[in-house]
Amino acid sequence: MRIHCPHCGLRSIEEFTCLGDATIARPDPSGGEEAFYHYVYVRENPKGRHREYWHHGGGCRSWLIVERDTATHEISSVEAADAGHGDGS
Amino acid sequence: MNYSIFSLVRQALKGHKDWPKVWRRILPEPKYDVVIIGGGGHGLATAYYLATKHNVGRVAVLEKSWLGGGNIGRNTTIVRSNYLLAGNEPFYEFSLKLWEGLTQELNYNVMFSQRGIINLFHSDAQRDAFVRRGNSMLLHGADAVLLDRDGVKRHAPMVDLDNARFPVMGGLMQPRGGTARHDAVAWGYARGADMAGVDIIQNCEVTGLRITNGTIQGVETNLGFIGAEKLGVAVAGNSSDISRMAQFDLPIESHVLQAFVSEGLKPFIDTVVTFGAGHFYISQSDKGGLVLGGDLDGYNSYARRGNLPTVEHVMECGVAMIPRLKRLRVLRSWGGIMDMSMDGSPIIDMTPVNGLYFNTGWCYGGFKATPASGWCFAHLIANDASHEVATGLRLDRFRTGRMIDESGHGAQPNLH
Repeated sequence: MRIHCPHCGLRSIEEFTCLGDATIARPDPSGGEEAFYHYVYVRENPKGRHREYWHHGGGCRSWLIVERDTATHEISSVEAADAGHGDGS
Repeated sequence: MNYSIFSLVRQALKGHKDWPKVWRRILPEPKYDVVIIGGGGHGLATAYYLATKHNVGRVAVLEKSWLGGGNIGRNTTIVRSNYLLAGNEPFYEFSLKLWEGLTQELNYNVMFSQRGIINLFHSDAQRDAFVRRGNSMLLHGADAVLLDRDGVKRHAPMVDLDNARFPVMGGLMQPRGGTARHDAVAWGYARGADMAGVDIIQNCEVTGLRITNGTIQGVETNLGFIGAEKLGVAVAGNSSDISRMAQFDLPIESHVLQAFVSEGLKPFIDTVVTFGAGHFYISQSDKGGLVLGGDLDGYNSYARRGNLPTVEHVMECGVAMIPRLKRLRVLRSWGGIMDMSMDGSPIIDMTPVNGLYFNTGWCYGGFKATPASGWCFAHLIANDASHEVATGLRLDRFRTGRMIDESGHGAQPNLH
């Protein structure tokens, strides 16, 4: 698996660390226990397209959002996480 | 047929042409009292204990592929009960006790070999943590021995004690730990379940659940609808796929874990050794191949194959611990899909759907748990109550804050 970092170009995954699901969004502090339970613990865990956070720690050290197929490992898109897409929208 | 020296001699005289089939190949009936999804170790063990220890009526096991082709055929065969926490240790010790009688119970040689397992430590802090774990094990009735450097040298002379970066200070040993023949566990449970009247149906994939008014009615499969009063799910990495059919999500992520077997060697390692400075474990199979593994790849995956950087990382850990491994040739590698839970501990519990039970979250420690997992899951399905050693392994522990987090990593499944 190689990830096309928007800043550094095509790099091997050993330069990256995966944090996990990028579609979960931190609930409003007044959202209640149930909302926080889902935020912290419950995952959709799809077999197929998955939006996830990756950190390019061995390169530009920026956070990326990678859309990847969990059944084939095929990467369909990579974008910088600070572009405002990290809230699941 | 009971396997014994007499049946062996009798069959030998007939040229081994008269052995009966080990289990029947059959089509499903329209309805069962209990259906288990997943013909792996945990599913087959559950069916075996349901049929032999509980009075639940007709039981079927549905397997989408061939029997034992999932994680029971993809692990590094290590059996141990060296856990720290009260929610885990009694369960795993119960499992180890079942392992000790399993070959006799099943009348099938699972080749359980109590060759011991040694966890190396490399610092004062790590030693203190291992002493604490060892004491916890002793308090729960398990066995643990603290080894100094000489002790490690005696049991595992191939280990490089003077690694420049991570010198070995000693190890925590569980003498009753060891390895077992993974396929034989699946086949032994399948044979025992089949002899007790369980229908094992291979190539039968569940495509949907039929649920009416919040109660399970049965499963849709490629062989048609199969009715079920109760449905037990033991599908490891595919747990989320089944829970989605019942309209709920689990505190589970699926991750790929790779393992490796080397070319056959003369006897070299007669115990199981794990590296404390990295994540690496190694033993030697009876055929002579070294069986080794390490960390998860670290990203969500259902692919049953991993990437090369993890292979390199595992081999680096191995060579750091045992330098002479560097000339070893690896014959095979493979990946399995792990049901990684949010605290690193398993779940054996009821669900929001009446009659639907889940057995999941084994992370990459499911093999050693096979007997107790089956025992406790059967107990849950038969009695609608947790077995006494599995009361902590509940689905609602994440909601109520009763996590069982052995490694202290928090809700980050790729680190457990």
